Amino acid sequence: MKISREDVLKVAALANLELSDAEVDIYRGHLDDILTYIDKLNELDTSGVEPLTQVVAASTEDSPLREDVIVRADVITEVLRGAPDPEAPYFRVPRVIEK
Amino acid sequence: MSAPIWTIPEVRAALDARKISARELVQEFYARIEQRNRELNIFLALSPERAYAQADKIDSAIAAGDALPSLAGVPVAVKDVISTRGIPTTCGSRILEGYRPPYDATTVTRLEGAGAIVLGKTNCDEFAMGSSNENSAYGPVHNPVAPDHVPGGSSGGSAAAVAANLAVAALGTDTGGSVRQPGSFCGVPALNPSYGRVSRYGLIAYASSLDRIGPFARTVRDAAAVMSVIAGRDPRDSTSASVPVPDYVAGLNRPLHGLRIGIPDDYFGEGIDPEVRKKIEAGIALLEKLGCRRVSIRMPNTDYAIGAYYIIATAEASSNLARYDGVRYGPRVPGATLIEMYQKTRGRGFGAEVKRRIVLGTYVLSAGYYDAYYLKGQKVRALIARDFREAFEMVDAIITPTSPVPAFRLGERTADPLRMYLADIYTVTGSLAGVPGISIPSGKTSSGLPIGLQIYGPAFGEDRVLQMAHAFERAGGQDL
Repeated sequence: MKISREDVLKVAALANLELSDAEVDIYRGHLDDILTYIDKLNELDTSGVEPLTQVVAASTEDSPLREDVIVRADVITEVLRGAPDPEAPYFRVPRVIEK
Repeated sequence: MSAPIWTIPEVRAALDARKISARELVQEFYARIEQRNRELNIFLALSPERAYAQADKIDSAIAAGDALPSLAGVPVAVKDVISTRGIPTTCGSRILEGYRPPYDATTVTRLEGAGAIVLGKTNCDEFAMGSSNENSAYGPVHNPVAPDHVPGGSSGGSAAAVAANLAVAALGTDTGGSVRQPGSFCGVPALNPSYGRVSRYGLIAYASSLDRIGPFARTVRDAAAVMSVIAGRDPRDSTSASVPVPDYVAGLNRPLHGLRIGIPDDYFGEGIDPEVRKKIEAGIALLEKLGCRRVSIRMPNTDYAIGAYYIIATAEASSNLARYDGVRYGPRVPGATLIEMYQKTRGRGFGAEVKRRIVLGTYVLSAGYYDAYYLKGQKVRALIARDFREAFEMVDAIITPTSPVPAFRLGERTADPLRMYLADIYTVTGSLAGVPGISIPSGKTSSGLPIGLQIYGPAFGEDRVLQMAHAFERAGGQDL
């Protein structure tokens, strides 16, 4: 067994994800299967191989960096309309600082 | 039911001859959607106001005798992970229920700029995570070819929309096969362009180093026409490449004589359905008949692609999906503290597959495991990219099945996620390498289910794969 219930709970806490007891059990089993399968990668000797983080670098001639210019989008009203608890021009959240 | 099938040149010819107006065409498509969507569950949202406004614009241009752009009046569908201003965009998730983006994706802007008409948003696996469309929070799409079967995923709604003649073309997204595999299952051409070829601005991210937008169409020619519109550098996506965009349609009719097609022995091992193998062999024979020369090649790291893919994709997903926390969009589940509100909102807003991938992705990135998993995955990714690079020194294209199996029955594979992942083997390799791949219908099973043949080309070789797919289609590939 590669992964325990505690591992799942720890990771779920890192990801801010509430899981039911049943979900913890199900995901523990699935993750165990998947991580065991992934162990297959250790058959490959990758010493001396540079990790490939993205494939586009070699194909883009110009720099992906641009000037940092402020452009007004003027979408505050539209954005706030979709928010669950807006108070223009803010998003309201449960209190995070004690009085 | 035999409603006429429209292709892009047929739309243009009918508009030019004044046989139909753009508005009437949109009415016709909405009538078809009305008729079939209850059964097939393809569209999650329709955008008639916007569609008719665009149609009227085209009709005015026609009345004024103006030159029409390349996709004038062409009704298209857009996958629900691609942002459309003011039109609900849910990613097939409860956590974005009711969300209306304040801006359009670049691909949508470009399609409309070329005269296309956006009919609505198509169903998909939640956040594009899945291979069957069964992970949508809004119920699965049914395959129009065999409605008790899955349409494939994650872009199942877009593939099905084109297959069912509910749109002339559609946009999907492909991270590990999500355009090509549903194209294969529904029997329509489906192109995953090179990474960097098409702007991702406005595409709601799943795995940013892998995500791409690609077209579904009735014909390869139509897919090429859509590509010519959506491809190219976009200053709003720093990973979009400045490589010039050729006229993909103009290049379609070049003969295939002398092209070398690589057949990777490593792709035809165990696990491939015998009927799929037979039709892919027949497809390869057809390409040989068209003048291609068959070359046996090795892709020695293929066996490790699924493992590397599910490390990298889930790691990136766990990071990208951190933004869904009940603050800025979507429904909120109240909690006593901020953290509790996050946890409850995410725990209830995400479906099972998304949660599974967030947990896996967080795990492989977490302290102590980063080197063993994420770094290892990226190194294996480098080896797979090398397999493709070396192969393309010897051949012009690589031919594989798109999927080892045809469409399966709804519910048949949901209990075993690993088994579902393993069926992505022929598509994730190209996803990791960043190369373009098209799925093209190559015969059917004895029970009538479509089979897809995949043509891989080198990076930014879309013109080559489209040219080959076009010749294959013209030679009767889909009836093999």
